[in-house]
Amino acid sequence: MRKLMMGNHALSYGAKLSRVQVIAAYPITPQTQVVELLSEMCANGELDAKFVKVESEHSALAASIGASAAGTRAFTATSSQGLALMHEMIHWAVGARTPVVLGNINRAMAPPWSIWTEQNDSLSQRDTGIMQVYCESNQEVQDTVIQSYKVAEKVLLPCMLVLDAFYLSHTYEPVDIPEQKLVDKYLPKFNPPYKLDPDDVHAFGGLTDAKWYYELRYKIESAIERARGEWRKADDEFGEIFGRKYGLVEDYKCEDADIMLVTSGTITGTARVTVDMLRDEGKKIGILKIRVFRPFPTDEVRDILGGAKKVACIDRNISFGQSGVFFEEIKSALYNSSHRPQIWGYIAGLGGRDVTPDTIREIVKRTEESDKPQELIWIGLKK
Amino acid sequence: MIEVRLHGRGGQGSVVASKMLASALLKEGKWAQSFPEFGVERRGQPVTAFLRIDTKPIGAHYKIYKPDHVVILDPTLLGQVNVTDGLKKEGWIIVNSERAPDEIDIKGDFKIATVDATGIAIKYGIGSKAAPIVNTAIIGALVKTTGCVGIKSVLQTIREESPSKPEENAMAAKEAYEKTRTT
Repeated sequence: MRKLMMGNHALSYGAKLSRVQVIAAYPITPQTQVVELLSEMCANGELDAKFVKVESEHSALAASIGASAAGTRAFTATSSQGLALMHEMIHWAVGARTPVVLGNINRAMAPPWSIWTEQNDSLSQRDTGIMQVYCESNQEVQDTVIQSYKVAEKVLLPCMLVLDAFYLSHTYEPVDIPEQKLVDKYLPKFNPPYKLDPDDVHAFGGLTDAKWYYELRYKIESAIERARGEWRKADDEFGEIFGRKYGLVEDYKCEDADIMLVTSGTITGTARVTVDMLRDEGKKIGILKIRVFRPFPTDEVRDILGGAKKVACIDRNISFGQSGVFFEEIKSALYNSSHRPQIWGYIAGLGGRDVTPDTIREIVKRTEESDKPQELIWIGLKK
Repeated sequence: MIEVRLHGRGGQGSVVASKMLASALLKEGKWAQSFPEFGVERRGQPVTAFLRIDTKPIGAHYKIYKPDHVVILDPTLLGQVNVTDGLKKEGWIIVNSERAPDEIDIKGDFKIATVDATGIAIKYGIGSKAAPIVNTAIIGALVKTTGCVGIKSVLQTIREESPSKPEENAMAAKEAYEKTRTT
């Protein structure tokens, strides 16, 4: 069935289709509608899940971790300051190996107060071990919730699914809702090897000294590396059943491209429209969309960007004192690669500043006209 | 791709109008994208909503700066907001007004249509007399002038999606469709 829905509700439908059993959440703009719809679904019996009202985002994730540790499928969602408040619990969810799925609607951090999109909230969680996936359409949001549980429960790590505030959260788009029985076939019931069970008693998260903590960290790294393959497999299987595939990255017209743009989130769709116009004008431009950010798709990035003369990375975020985060990651992936293109780093769209085809054109033009890569170019900055 | 911008005031249903049009387009097998001006809405304050229409999935995610058509739900906005900003040549500007199109004080290379959406909404008891909800009526005028979506699927959508008085809302759209005046 095809239904018009906003990105927030695409998250709710994704959770419903995944038959989540526990939802713990605290409202924050622009996330609020995600949990409003889920609470309605729980109240009217459409969804057989326990909706836990909590007093903060920290508790929302703590409750989700508890539910997951008890062997149930748990979901939560938040934005911005809410995600920052969850930070401690994100480390916990990773260490406890609980495959909670967390929807984060990218919203700029305060102060000054903002409710508009920017990726600094989610990217600040980069080193926790939570998997991160950036979506560009409401269809992809709904589908990625289902895929996230598939992968998260395989490798026993939490997953954060990320979408742009307003550009997706409050934008209505057609979304194909798959049949529940097909989703059930794709995503069987969560059945972890160890869980909180009064009939089979285990202790979790006890004090671990230097004798074993190191090995437990290694196990987390092994799991997230294994997740690369699991994402490819989960996406292939999803494609076979539902006819839609997204990849860890997406290569748009990169094959013969002189300049490759690197994008994430909704900027990708706008860039695709612009690249089509530029190609009509005879310019060979391509796009590498980064979808799965953690684990980082190093092989795909090397493989695709290795063929470029020039790369222009667009970041809707800033790691103060360094550069855009995606720019850093791309550079790092390519450093030990045999083919290393020149890379320009562009900052655009912070705090919800509109990124239009004109913005993309300016980025392409500046990259074309420059011989020496610049690492931190602010596009459209008011002087 | 057809792009439409709607100007209204908080409480008139501009955002819902754009959403209902998108739903109706979906029924016709077309692709649509509907979104509000991103921010905080307040009753009575100027509100903008956007609609994109295409025959294939829409990847563009930025505001509409050069609309094909513009819809004005509140005529008092004409002096306050630059409603024709970026409007394409030969595009329609559809105004909620009891006046004739040539009495509307806007000039430029575009076509003007008017309909008394306020009068129609009051007649069918949609909203209150002081604050009628004119969105479904103005949709009728947009359908009539631009033909970007069919009246049948629009009426069906209004009946399905109106939070109250679905039949009255459909009648309002139909009456506006019939009574739209053009230059």
